Amino acid sequence: MTAAKLEVRGLSAGYGQTRIIEDIGFSVPAGGRLAVLGRNGMGKTTLFATIAGQTTRFDGSVALDGAEISGLQGSSRALAGLGYVPQNRAIFKSLTVEENLQVGLKGRAESAIEEAYAMFPRLKERRRNMGSQLSGGEQQMLSTARTILGRPSVLLLDEPLEGLAPVICDELMAAFAQLASARTMTILLVEQRIKAALEFAESLLILERGRIAWSGAPGELTAQPEVVERLLGVGH
Amino acid sequence: MSDMPVNSVTTRSWQRTALGDFWAVAAVALVAGALFLLFPTNLALLTRIIAVMLLVLSLDLVTGFSGVATLGHATLFGAGAYAAGIFAARFGVTDPLLMLAIGAVAGALAGAVTSLVILRGHGLSQLVLSIAVVSLAHEAANKLSAWTGGSDGLSGIAPSPLFGLFRFDLFGRTAFFMAVGLLLVVFVVLRIVVRSPFGMLCRGIKQDPVRVRAMGAPVYFTLVKMYAIAGAVAGLGGALSAIATKVVGLDSLSFTTSAEALVMLVVGGTGKLFGALVGTLVFVWFEDRVSAINPFHWLTIIGVLLIGVVLFAPKGLVGAAESLWARVRGRRS
Repeated sequence: MTAAKLEVRGLSAGYGQTRIIEDIGFSVPAGGRLAVLGRNGMGKTTLFATIAGQTTRFDGSVALDGAEISGLQGSSRALAGLGYVPQNRAIFKSLTVEENLQVGLKGRAESAIEEAYAMFPRLKERRRNMGSQLSGGEQQMLSTARTILGRPSVLLLDEPLEGLAPVICDELMAAFAQLASARTMTILLVEQRIKAALEFAESLLILERGRIAWSGAPGELTAQPEVVERLLGVGH
Repeated sequence: MSDMPVNSVTTRSWQRTALGDFWAVAAVALVAGALFLLFPTNLALLTRIIAVMLLVLSLDLVTGFSGVATLGHATLFGAGAYAAGIFAARFGVTDPLLMLAIGAVAGALAGAVTSLVILRGHGLSQLVLSIAVVSLAHEAANKLSAWTGGSDGLSGIAPSPLFGLFRFDLFGRTAFFMAVGLLLVVFVVLRIVVRSPFGMLCRGIKQDPVRVRAMGAPVYFTLVKMYAIAGAVAGLGGALSAIATKVVGLDSLSFTTSAEALVMLVVGGTGKLFGALVGTLVFVWFEDRVSAINPFHWLTIIGVLLIGVVLFAPKGLVGAAESLWARVRGRRS
């Protein structure tokens, strides 16, 4: 599967009757890299979960290469090319690393697992370990690798660096950068670590109380320290 | 290790898997051979145990590996038994291998069809649906007595010699050897199935169906497929039972048989193919011995055994043995 253009228009969604995000609209070109920033509780995860079809959508639409997917269930969206690595990683803890990867093959030959090992050599070393025996970073690698094996055209990474040691964060970001450089998938990243997000992304969104409060290029954001302080709560 | 060439790792992994299969088959064959030598006059019981093993292996596929709750699995065993029996008694299809094939197909069809109903429910409702299915199947077999013999059982099954050479003798030798051969083939095939990407998908569904669905995998269809495979295995068991005993009774698709199969699986250990084999062997053998020794209180003794296993070996006998082995290895290292 090749990278797809993602278009989100007027998206409002939440859980049950509660609205969390309102009137979100943006577009990421095929092979592009977007980072979504914002303080805790501003709707970043809800935005990704909504794109992946796992929340209640009230208004708006999501399209992949112009094809509307908002009416599809989560499983159909995944088949349409949407790959979602959730914040909780959701690996299968009683399966080994290799078995976890097998689940993500989606009909591909088992030899495709070597692609995952090439991307994360650490997984190959631990391929016989159970999911429950992995560190947080390894779990993140496994969850990402399992999703990538399905060859998504759009990849959603929800806070992949959360709670990880700096050295693991660097390893993961290097892998994401390598993945992005191939331009075979469009990548969206939710991240609290601003520096990592700025280095990775070509464009940024900042969410504030479920709405887009700022959007632009990384260079524009670094030129506006007051925006960083106001919307992200940190000095730059 | 990470610097090892990909081909080398793949080859080593393949060799390790093949070696594992070889030892697994060797272990089963060794136990079967030992039992044959130790109990040459009990071959009918041993053959019955193997037929039930196929039922319990089948149950393990849907319950232990895929997380489907069912108390109606004997439906698939009975479908295989009745199909093989009816074809033999009414249509003269008496070749034992053909009867096994008919049993497998009937079991697979019954598995696919009943799963469409059972998989609509979850948890307790799924259990109730499975009980309803086995009750309906039992009642249907009872009412269709012109075909099934009703409560008298289906008789008149006279299998031809195996490969045209080996007659099904009174001592049950031919049936026993055919049963062992069948078990070994099924066991290897199932080992391949459960470690394939499809098998892993089923285990993923058992752990987190929501996540698997979000990954784009068809949960319902995958489980229907596993049910059909399980049905073929249970159907083989039913057909084997029909060939070996030359009669098919209503108990082959009863709720009691389904519940006993679940008990055997729990005794051996769920989600482990060896667990299904060990659980069946221990339960049926124990049941047979205890009922012969004490015909008045044998059910009480069985009950005590079950309570003991569940309390002291919650992962089943095989699970307990694995834990013990891991502890021993840990001490050594």
